Amino acid sequence: MPAVVIDDIHKRFGAIEVLKGVSLTVESGQVVAVIGRSGSGKSTMLRCINGLEPFQSGRIEVAGHEVVQNQKRLRALRKDVGMVFQSYNLFPHLTVGQNITLSPRVTQKVPEKEAVERAREVLAQVGLSEKYDAYPETLSGGQQQRVAIARSLAMQPKVMLFDEVTSALDPELTGEVLIVMEKLAQGGMTMLLVTHEMNFARSVADVTVFMHQGKIWEMGPSEELFTSPKTPELANFISAGVK
Amino acid sequence: MTSFGWPEFLFLLRSTGWTLLLTVIAFTLGGVAGGGIAIMRLSRNPVLRWIAMLYILVIQSIPVLMVLFMSYYGLTLFGIELPPTVAASASLAVYVAAYLAEIWRGCIQAVPKQQWEASASLALTRFEQYRYVILPQAIRISLPPTVGFLVQLVKNTSIVSVVGFTDLARAGQLINQAVFKPFQVFTVVAALYFVICFPLSRLSRYLEGRLNARRSH
Amino acid sequence: MAMTLHFESVIAASPIIIDGIILTIELSASAIIGGTALALLLVGTKSLAPKYVGWLVDAYVELMRNTPFLVQLFMIFFGLPLVGMRMTGVQAALLAMTLNLGAYSTEIIRAGVDSIHKSQIEAGLSLAFSRLQVFRYVVLMPAIGRVWPALSSQFVLMLLASSICSFISVPELSGAAALVEQRTFRSFEVYIIVTVTYLIMALTLKLFLAWLGRWLFVGISMNAASGEKG
Repeated sequence: MPAVVIDDIHKRFGAIEVLKGVSLTVESGQVVAVIGRSGSGKSTMLRCINGLEPFQSGRIEVAGHEVVQNQKRLRALRKDVGMVFQSYNLFPHLTVGQNITLSPRVTQKVPEKEAVERAREVLAQVGLSEKYDAYPETLSGGQQQRVAIARSLAMQPKVMLFDEVTSALDPELTGEVLIVMEKLAQGGMTMLLVTHEMNFARSVADVTVFMHQGKIWEMGPSEELFTSPKTPELANFISAGVK
Repeated sequence: MTSFGWPEFLFLLRSTGWTLLLTVIAFTLGGVAGGGIAIMRLSRNPVLRWIAMLYILVIQSIPVLMVLFMSYYGLTLFGIELPPTVAASASLAVYVAAYLAEIWRGCIQAVPKQQWEASASLALTRFEQYRYVILPQAIRISLPPTVGFLVQLVKNTSIVSVVGFTDLARAGQLINQAVFKPFQVFTVVAALYFVICFPLSRLSRYLEGRLNARRSH
Repeated sequence: MAMTLHFESVIAASPIIIDGIILTIELSASAIIGGTALALLLVGTKSLAPKYVGWLVDAYVELMRNTPFLVQLFMIFFGLPLVGMRMTGVQAALLAMTLNLGAYSTEIIRAGVDSIHKSQIEAGLSLAFSRLQVFRYVVLMPAIGRVWPALSSQFVLMLLASSICSFISVPELSGAAALVEQRTFRSFEVYIIVTVTYLIMALTLKLFLAWLGRWLFVGISMNAASGEKG
């Protein structure tokens, strides 16, 4: 069974149509990278998948949940789908440990002791065991983003969504985050990531999707897509190396 | 004619106590209601949102004095005779609720939108989002303006004599009628208000400075 | 329990109410103009005069902001005649409102002046303006423009606070309401009518000030800071 099925979704912000019929399937265990210029609709598509953006028509199914604007069903979906944001969005008034244990304890009723164990595990996974009691503001951007990934992992999701997670980072800090993501991919996690990191998409993603003007313009196995783009738009995009 | 001496001064001090008590009760009642109205104002339900908006708009556009009269006479019209303390604190709470609701709405909205998105993505319910993520941050932001409003409340309690409550201002008026030394009497009255309000004003400013320092670094 | 409202006798007394409305508007408009003028004078003084004069301004502002308007009104109405300044209730009300609003406006406009970037002042001085001219031509309008929303709320609060002048029997709208109430004994009806009237006046003033701000301060960004409530 595929982990994510997007079927012909249309999305408008007022009069502007940002998604003009997008369809995409992500198999379980697959890593799919979405690239494209800003304004191409790639982040909006990702946000539609966990219901942060409503869409006008089409259908999305993720981890066995259909995306509908019903709070209860959305919560059930979000327990199975992790999301990591560009601006980390850690809760500044909580320690790293509290950030990670909050949702498991509150939404999954995991006992305190087990939630803490789980938190230490995922924190070790992202290489930040020693930061359990630190507050987010004392961490670097790269560390904060790794904590955000750990926070999602503690929910034990079936699918992980990454929305330009290295775009807000200084160049020297992107590496540590990408390494964590690469390890996650090797571990068999189903991942859908919107990214500007071409090399990462090329080397880690099984499939790369190029979005342009609200449509999936071109997609295919990553290596193939990057070496022999079929459309001039993609060729242009790759050669310009633009954001 | 009596003079302005110790007994009169002690009367003023006792009335200051009443002013403070009234402030605390009105603030507590109005705070509870105001918190609810602030959340209603930000609700996803348009009817709740409109009710809250209308309440805030109306109360903020009429004099506190009218709020007092309306609540007081409105209640007596229904045959409810309230003791002055209850009448004064209940009607002040009506006023407090509107202003605190508006202040706190601003503070809740000052929490970045991404905090809502991140906590929603972690499957928290709206209540859990408020409880664990949004309110703890909003409360920190709300401290300076809330303390600032407390100063306004202390001063606005001075008109509760219209519902029969003897507060500090009313006591000053009574003493002045007896001794007719307006400068002395009202200077002492003003000084007593100042002693309450000035430290609160300073506190509000100090908290704001601290908050800005935290944010800018 | 039967409860009916009777508006007839109240409506019969409407001339008193209308006089009250007019007086409220006159008092508020005069206090807004006078208070703003006073505030400009005080802000200018604080910016340009020696430090100890500035301290006097600070003391005045803090005293007014941390004591109730009602007490200020009593002090003026009952106190000043003792030192030979006899005045009517209306005069006392106008003086108290102007002094009160002047203090709040000083605080607000000063915050606006503080927000003007130093380079603007330096640019003005380098164009051979005097310090007073820089204040007048370079600093003042942008400063007021930036705090216009806060200043507007303060003006509206003053209109609402003018009702307190009924405590010294000034027949502005609230005072008029008290007169009609004594005559008709229809307290609730009177206060419904008067409350709605205040509501309309306050909303009209809000709209007018918003319009005035757009007209006066074209191109100056206003921050959304709201005024102090009191």
